[in-house]
Amino acid sequence: MASVGKIARRSFLIGAAAIAGGVAVGYYYYRKPYPNPLESDLATGEATFNPYVKIGADNTITIVAPRAEMGQGISTTLAVMVAEELDVGLDQVKVEHGPASYAYYNAAILEEGGPFAFFDESMTAEAVRSGLGVVGKFLALQGTGGSASTRDGFNKMRQAGAAARQMLIAAAAQKLGVAAADLETANGSILHKASGKSLTYGKVAANAAAMAPPAEVRLKDKADWKLLGKPQKRIDMLAKVTGAPIFGIDVRLPDMLYGTVKMSPRFWSKPVSADLAKAEKMPGVIRIVPLETNYGHGFGIIAENTWAAFKAAEAIDAQWAEPEYPPDSAAIAGVLKQALGAEDSAMRDNGDVAKAFAGAPREKIIEANYAVPYLAHATMEPMNATARLKDGLLDIWCGNQAPTLVRQLCANVLGIEQDRVTVHTTFMGGGFGRRVEMDYALCAALMAKAAEGRPVKVTWTREEDMRHDAYRPAAVGKFRARLGDDGLPVAVDMTIASPSVIAGTLRRLFPSISPIGPDKTIVDGAYDQPYTIPNYRVSAIAAPVTIPVGSWRSVGSSINGFFHEGFLDEIAVAGKTDPIALRKTLMAAYPAAVAVVEKVAAMAKWDEALPPGKARGMAFSLSFGSWVGEIVQVADTPAGIRIEKVWIAADVGTALDPGIIEAQLISAAIYGLSAAMGQEITFADGMVEQSNFHDFDAMRIFQCPAFEVAILENFHKMGGVGEIGTPPAAPALANAIFALTGKRIRTLPLSKAVAFA
Amino acid sequence: MRLTVDGQSFDIDADPEMPLLWALRDLIGKTGPKFGCGIAACGACTVHVDGQPVRSCSLPVGQATGAITTIEGIGTPGKLHPVQQAWLEEQVAQCGYCQAGQIMSAVALLDEVADPTDADIDNAMGGNLCRCGTYPKIRAAIKKAAVLKTAGL
Repeated sequence: MASVGKIARRSFLIGAAAIAGGVAVGYYYYRKPYPNPLESDLATGEATFNPYVKIGADNTITIVAPRAEMGQGISTTLAVMVAEELDVGLDQVKVEHGPASYAYYNAAILEEGGPFAFFDESMTAEAVRSGLGVVGKFLALQGTGGSASTRDGFNKMRQAGAAARQMLIAAAAQKLGVAAADLETANGSILHKASGKSLTYGKVAANAAAMAPPAEVRLKDKADWKLLGKPQKRIDMLAKVTGAPIFGIDVRLPDMLYGTVKMSPRFWSKPVSADLAKAEKMPGVIRIVPLETNYGHGFGIIAENTWAAFKAAEAIDAQWAEPEYPPDSAAIAGVLKQALGAEDSAMRDNGDVAKAFAGAPREKIIEANYAVPYLAHATMEPMNATARLKDGLLDIWCGNQAPTLVRQLCANVLGIEQDRVTVHTTFMGGGFGRRVEMDYALCAALMAKAAEGRPVKVTWTREEDMRHDAYRPAAVGKFRARLGDDGLPVAVDMTIASPSVIAGTLRRLFPSISPIGPDKTIVDGAYDQPYTIPNYRVSAIAAPVTIPVGSWRSVGSSINGFFHEGFLDEIAVAGKTDPIALRKTLMAAYPAAVAVVEKVAAMAKWDEALPPGKARGMAFSLSFGSWVGEIVQVADTPAGIRIEKVWIAADVGTALDPGIIEAQLISAAIYGLSAAMGQEITFADGMVEQSNFHDFDAMRIFQCPAFEVAILENFHKMGGVGEIGTPPAAPALANAIFALTGKRIRTLPLSKAVAFA
Repeated sequence: MRLTVDGQSFDIDADPEMPLLWALRDLIGKTGPKFGCGIAACGACTVHVDGQPVRSCSLPVGQATGAITTIEGIGTPGKLHPVQQAWLEEQVAQCGYCQAGQIMSAVALLDEVADPTDADIDNAMGGNLCRCGTYPKIRAAIKKAAVLKTAGL
């Protein structure tokens, strides 16, 4: 790891935290809680205990799960945290997303933003973590991302449930004239065993909520959990199998208009000329308005139905200015390659790499260059938002990963105060980082301004969505290793260049802030892995390409999992060591990592030979606080390479819902395999070449392998879940293909070099 | 223009070239079928016309002359179709956006093949994309639904 001295001399980018101006406002303010946003909007007879719990006189219990549900099951797991401590069943509660509020800030999302590996528990690392948690509070970002929601919610949601329960008991004790200690709770009722008297929570809720919250809250021991730690029925499943209108795109309001956008196909370019006449005259078209946001320029089409808007968008004849960035994929590749020679920032620098390579015999040195392409998120539900601006009040309905940002940026773009904006966050038809962006909300808000008080539902075509993403950046890496006589690496030097996700995100969301310091997301997943190598350097370079890039499921680790673990496989082959044995040796200082690798190897029967025509590959990644090993088995078939089976072992520290965790691990692996097999976003004339699922497809059911998953709980800190299955998927597949064919593929997608069945 | 959707008649005023999907969603208010691609490449918009699965995003409404069934017409929360019941029991959905289309394709498959093999499932479901990767559970749920349906549950 970077030493304390090196850190002190260097500023580093901590995501959006850089914009907050540090933690200068002081700890006192941090301790002060935000007001409870539920107080202003209670139903008759309803009482609220804290921002997470409402109970009605009729014993209707509502839990607020203030994180974006994009499929990862977070609304269920957060509700279970509260229900566990409140002593109610999951079938007894209503779960709501709740309003946009600073009370729902996510502290954990930034805690791992410092330049320290997850396993680094030095005083400096812990101090920075706690400092960044404070920054999270100041930013008050109600965000869903960084696989941070369970880690952020684990204490505060359980405390919310426990505090409400204690207040309900105290109120019941008063009402029954008995000691609180003689009361028990179960299934939303309070029981006095000695007298047999019982009260529902609803009966005492109003009195209880008026009491002062307890100064001390006692949480259940893990051994006493009834719900946590066990697979639950998801609260959203019935709605999702009956086609219920739960997504942003399903919003229907009285008097609603429809719309779409046509944004410049060249990012940031303004229209040089535009002929709207033909489009404006088309049947069903009401109005076409220019759009200008931090996401670029274009037109909004308001119409009587979505189809009419789509047709009119096609009919707009516009010319756009030349791009400010290299116009095609070859030119972009040139800039990335050149960046590899620029001055870098070492985020990890163990030993003395330069000395270790000096005078090394040629046959002991291996070198390789790796590359990955830009990628789109391609959520199933295209971007959309519905907005109504009436009497100076904006209401906006959309699936989004950051409601307080929606409120803030929509207020800014319309020039109104934030308290004039109400955000209605819906379920999301996929997020994967795409719905951290705000383009859909900003465009809908601007179009609502031209709709005379009527609501407008604005839906992106798939083509518009595919061509206006904040892409996973392309990246290149230059790697070299010196092997010792025992085949183990004595020195490893990794240099990775990529456009900066942080700089890109700031430009769109907080353009007044200049990024400072290196962007550690460029090397996330490479610099912070639990391997001990005497001389070990990992350096980052931000490449100057301003095509919009953003957070794509597992962010930097989606790139560096492939780079780091592909190169480690090359080291194993060159040093004639088994890839599992090599990793176990290098990981010996990190027992959680060793246990994961041993487990996945045992599951896949790694030591047993396969019949000819089949082969396996493995990879490991520590990301978002969780340790994941994956083994992929491939087979040579007449139709091409078939992915037959994937084994996953993951140590998440504490597994709160094994069913959801297993589903997420499989989901994330398929997401990574889909990209590795065939996805790439390429550019020509400053525009994205792909447009829809025919040229940017993902794995289909007939390509889907069998999965076997093991969830471990060895490490003492809880890790994230939603993204951790992605980083090892691509390298495990590429390493399996090497084992099968002898072909080392260092550039994604793999389909450029091999065919898949 | 008159459409029969989920057993109900609707009179609509639409360009006959408008895809059935947008007539259902914007004009009739049936939001169960989803918009995913607009080119019949993802299956999120799948509905039945006279029992046959079709991609409603690519069928002009003027040509949709049969009885149309959407996800809202095969079952309700109180009385689920066996395929929906199996989806619920297997906890298939993640984001859930593609699942109305997946379920409609699966219903059509089981109407044709009571006890589908893995190859039958691959053939019938290959046009339905899921970005959450719920395929292993979709496969398990189709097999469970076949059992539920045969048993008359």
